[in-house]
Amino acid sequence: MITFESVTKRFPDGTVAVDDLTLEIPAGEVVVFVGPSGCGKTTTLRMINRMVEPSSGRITVDGQDALAMAPPQLRRRIGYVIQQIGLFPHRTVADNIATVPTLLGWDKRRKEERTAELMHLVGLPEEAARRYPHQLSGGQRQRVGVARALAVDPPIMLMDEPFGAVDPIVRARLQEEFLRLQAEVRKTIAFVTHDIDEAIRMGDRIAIFAQGGALQQYDTPRDLLSDPVNLFVEEFLGEERGLKRLALIGVSEVTAETGPVVSPDDRGRRALEVARSHGTDWVVVVRDSGKLEGWASLHELSDDQRVDEGEIRPFALQVDAGDSLRAALNAMVMSHTGVAVRVSEGGVYEGILTQELISKEIR
Amino acid sequence: MSALYQAAAVAQTGEALIRWDWVMRHDERIRALFLDHVELTAIPVLLGLAIAFPLSLSAVRWPRLYAPLLAGTGLLFTIPSLALFVLLLPFTGLSRTTAIIPLTLYTLLVLTRNIVEGFRGVSDDVSEAAEAMGYTRPRRLVNVELPLALPVIIAGVRIATVTTVGLVTVTAVIGQGGLGRLFLEGLRFRDTTPLLVGVAGCIVLAVLADLALLAAERHMTPWTRRARS
Amino acid sequence: MEFLVDAAAWFRDPHNWQGSNGVPARVLEHLYYSGVATLIALGLALPVGLFSGHTGRGGALAINVANIGRALPTFGLIILAVIMMGLGDLPIFIALVAFAIPPVLTNSYAGIRAVDPDIRDAAEGVGMTGWQVLWHLEVPVALPLILAGIRTSAVQVVATATLAAYAGSGGLGRYIVNGFAVRDFPQIFAGALLVALLAVLIELVFGRLQALVVSEGLAARTAQANADAKMTSAAA
Repeated sequence: MITFESVTKRFPDGTVAVDDLTLEIPAGEVVVFVGPSGCGKTTTLRMINRMVEPSSGRITVDGQDALAMAPPQLRRRIGYVIQQIGLFPHRTVADNIATVPTLLGWDKRRKEERTAELMHLVGLPEEAARRYPHQLSGGQRQRVGVARALAVDPPIMLMDEPFGAVDPIVRARLQEEFLRLQAEVRKTIAFVTHDIDEAIRMGDRIAIFAQGGALQQYDTPRDLLSDPVNLFVEEFLGEERGLKRLALIGVSEVTAETGPVVSPDDRGRRALEVARSHGTDWVVVVRDSGKLEGWASLHELSDDQRVDEGEIRPFALQVDAGDSLRAALNAMVMSHTGVAVRVSEGGVYEGILTQELISKEIR
Repeated sequence: MSALYQAAAVAQTGEALIRWDWVMRHDERIRALFLDHVELTAIPVLLGLAIAFPLSLSAVRWPRLYAPLLAGTGLLFTIPSLALFVLLLPFTGLSRTTAIIPLTLYTLLVLTRNIVEGFRGVSDDVSEAAEAMGYTRPRRLVNVELPLALPVIIAGVRIATVTTVGLVTVTAVIGQGGLGRLFLEGLRFRDTTPLLVGVAGCIVLAVLADLALLAAERHMTPWTRRARS
Repeated sequence: MEFLVDAAAWFRDPHNWQGSNGVPARVLEHLYYSGVATLIALGLALPVGLFSGHTGRGGALAINVANIGRALPTFGLIILAVIMMGLGDLPIFIALVAFAIPPVLTNSYAGIRAVDPDIRDAAEGVGMTGWQVLWHLEVPVALPLILAGIRTSAVQVVATATLAAYAGSGGLGRYIVNGFAVRDFPQIFAGALLVALLAVLIELVFGRLQALVVSEGLAARTAQANADAKMTSAAA
């Protein structure tokens, strides 16, 4: 756990980078500091490991006063990952990862074991261990940086735009892996980004700062999106606030409707009835086994024809219980039917999600 | 023009340029002078490093010291070596010290400059990462920044060494000189042989020293080799 | 401290200020050697360096000539030149000029080369010819380094000219050579002092010149350039 108590940072030229901040980062959670440039988010982060010293106030790390410890000792217990990574060019990947263990005097075997373990954890191949940083790609270097920060399994990690220096595809993958890792290790993490979408994706809680270092709001992503406290936060969250909220709500949290379902061997007449009762001009075709076949348009069915003698089209997109409502909305928009179909892992039909359903959730 | 004819004349009588029998007769002496020259080169460079390091590190720590430091060492460098050796005579006499002190002072400019630039060249991100990992300042300097500054520092040592090899010859005037003594001998007897031997010896020493330092640098900085990947 | 008294006495002796062995004569001699050699070296090295830098060709030569120069023992080569070509000014000038060339060549090349290619690009884009780019853009921007090279060369020549006295030339080095020959210590010391002062004076005068000629915007580069340039000289 990390706490800030009335912490202020004032620079010699008078600028206030952090203004009377009081905040608690619960243990095992990821808290994201986000805001425009000049809002003090990085300065706040760097006060935790005393790369920047606060002008006033108290900071505690795991219950201890950070200002009472010698900085090197404090820092060896905190993992630090920055955008430019800062790998030591003169050391191999393995030696880079083993930096803090070496500082703490671990023996060779222990270091080797831990290094191998970490490389596996972050997804680096074994032979990379003997390479030098300049021989690695950007994404690989980032992973080494993370492995290095995790070396002594510090309870606390500080991350400053750690995924900023790579392209969007690699970044998305790194973010995914990070979340997967965090689910396992549950570290206390302070994370800085200027990208609100990254903040929403990564954070258990988000702290939004404005220029001048004043904290505007500190909430979970959902609460932040549904109840921004002022205009600044609203604007920072962006116009597509509603959509962003949808991304946070799972398909599993809403109840799907049954929908206009028919079997493949039903006649067109039956399809017409079912469709009418639901108010649609199409039907969902589900086999007796429960598996989804697709959908069929009424206009292409004649009364006596079996449904499977006409054209059954597959749904462009399907969602399952693991998807978000945003994905559902996307599926809706992509389909002629205007709804999203939900299926299970095995392709078993679970219902449809309509626009009304989704609108209700946001309100 | 007559001078050129004279030179041509001397060159034509081939044997007048280098008398190999002289070389063979004096080979022991030549070897001794060579080693003397090595010593007179190595000591000033090593002393220079010992002095330049603390000065340079101060300039890295307090940047405002850099300009005056460069100006001071630069001014020393400006003084012609012969003059500096002579000016020291009243204090230290015709001894090795009179040679070594100015030779050392002359190395200070390039060593200071290269040590400072070497450390300044270390990427800020790397220094910051090292600090954030929990390195204490001295350990960071030695384990992280120094290795990375090494290429530039050694480049400076190379320049200092080659320059010193040439300057050592001037100390022949005050009784030292290494291979430079051969120059005075050649002058006295108007004999090109010792001169050419001396010049050749200096060039050989300079080149060998330069290559040796280059090899040392390559050895100490394996990460700069871009061979594999 | 006694030597200071003796040296002071030497300076106060009016005989040492008259005639062909007097201080003014020797200083002028020294300046003559140094000046002529520097000018010749400039005439030879500056065009080559500027042209090389502008076209980008011959870089290897321009850089390595300084390395080679540094490895050659000035002292030995001057004496060699005199012995091979006899007494007289020619061998001495050849040696002086030879050693004066590297700093000018290397630094003017480096100075032009260091001009930001984007600036060069912009100039050509505006329609300047190669010549104009060189004169109106590259030379002014490279001026700190070019002047640093000239300054280093001039100081180098003063030092080399001192050594040339051993090979029989005139100049302030004569006091040192003659002094050693007759064991006249005050003379030796006086000679050394005068040489040191002359060298420092030249350095400072050029410094002033640099400050006046180089535009304000490049001032910061001047200090660095001066230090760098000194490294291209052979040191004598």
